[in-house]
Amino acid sequence: MKKQTKKETPLSIEPRPQNPIESLIRMERLPHMWCPGCGIGISMGAFARAVLESGIDQNLLSVVSGIGCTGRVAGYLRLDSFHTTHGRAIPFATGLKLANPKLKVVVYSGDGDLTSIGGNHLIHAARRNVDLTVILVNNLNYGMTGGQFGPTTPHEAFGTTAPYGNYEYPLNLPYLMDVCGANYVARWTVYHVRQLTRAMVEAMNKDGLSFIEVISPCPELYLRRNRLGDALQEMVYLKENSRIQNGAETRSVAIEQKRQEIIVGKFVDRERPGYIQAMDEHLGKAMGARYQRPSFWEK
Amino acid sequence: MPAKGPRGKVHTVADRCKGCGFCIEFCPLKALRASGTMNRGGFHFPEIVTPDKCSGCNMCGMVCPDFAIWSEKLISEKDESES
Repeated sequence: MKKQTKKETPLSIEPRPQNPIESLIRMERLPHMWCPGCGIGISMGAFARAVLESGIDQNLLSVVSGIGCTGRVAGYLRLDSFHTTHGRAIPFATGLKLANPKLKVVVYSGDGDLTSIGGNHLIHAARRNVDLTVILVNNLNYGMTGGQFGPTTPHEAFGTTAPYGNYEYPLNLPYLMDVCGANYVARWTVYHVRQLTRAMVEAMNKDGLSFIEVISPCPELYLRRNRLGDALQEMVYLKENSRIQNGAETRSVAIEQKRQEIIVGKFVDRERPGYIQAMDEHLGKAMGARYQRPSFWEK
Repeated sequence: MPAKGPRGKVHTVADRCKGCGFCIEFCPLKALRASGTMNRGGFHFPEIVTPDKCSGCNMCGMVCPDFAIWSEKLISEKDESES
């Protein structure tokens, strides 16, 4: 081996080190528009790592987002992605999946988009058990429009449109998805990145609707308006006040108060037939030999 | 004989950092601190205090919302421990 002395060292520029997940992120768009300390970036990194770990064919993976802070994920991922109109991520994703069942379709959106503007679609996608992976980043308010309260804002929390506190009660999303019939329901916070990545891998490999709720801090709007400290304090809070309880009764996992214990874990994992499988089984039985899958599916 | 020297290496891209401090808080070995200097955006980006401590667990990389820091395990420990 040739040994170079110090004098002979040629002038060279070291190549910039590459983050392993950079292959999945449109680096030219960084820095992204999320506030300092926002958890959406963490969840997106976890998703990128989950895609790399699971070894899914990236040509057959597509990400659909709605509108909102989390809706921007579709624009930052170097995958086939689509940024739909407000609340309509799930209808678009359902159509995409039915037009080409070979695709793995991930709906990546926020709580405002998926549960309030598109709430009905979420319910019916879970009822039909469409083969989608829904990743819902819950930051407990409407972030992009300026901190209005929404269907996930805890009781008595403040918002732009709730200056005296929110007198409504929030939705319990894992319970809603459980009773509607989703195959996989989990909740993690952005502090639990390892578990979140593992849950995303599991969810993407599952038929039927898999739903992951990701609790994320919203430092500039929700935390500031409620005087709950900065993003770092919230992350420490999530670390100290979340309890992992896999298989917990989903009825009991609501986040109703501003400060309360957050139960995280994998709540539901069952094997109901997915939409396409159910269609094949039922129509195959009812129509017999006359049943043919659409020719463009080519499975 | 136990292996000496760093077991991992931290990479940072200072200009991407938004100074949230997650990596510093959640580093299991407390090997990071906020730098005294600022980056392009006026944020105090993280820097490694004790390179020998880093185990390359990539916890900093996982909690970074801006993809500005990550660590890798060093395959060959001998090469790095000489310097």
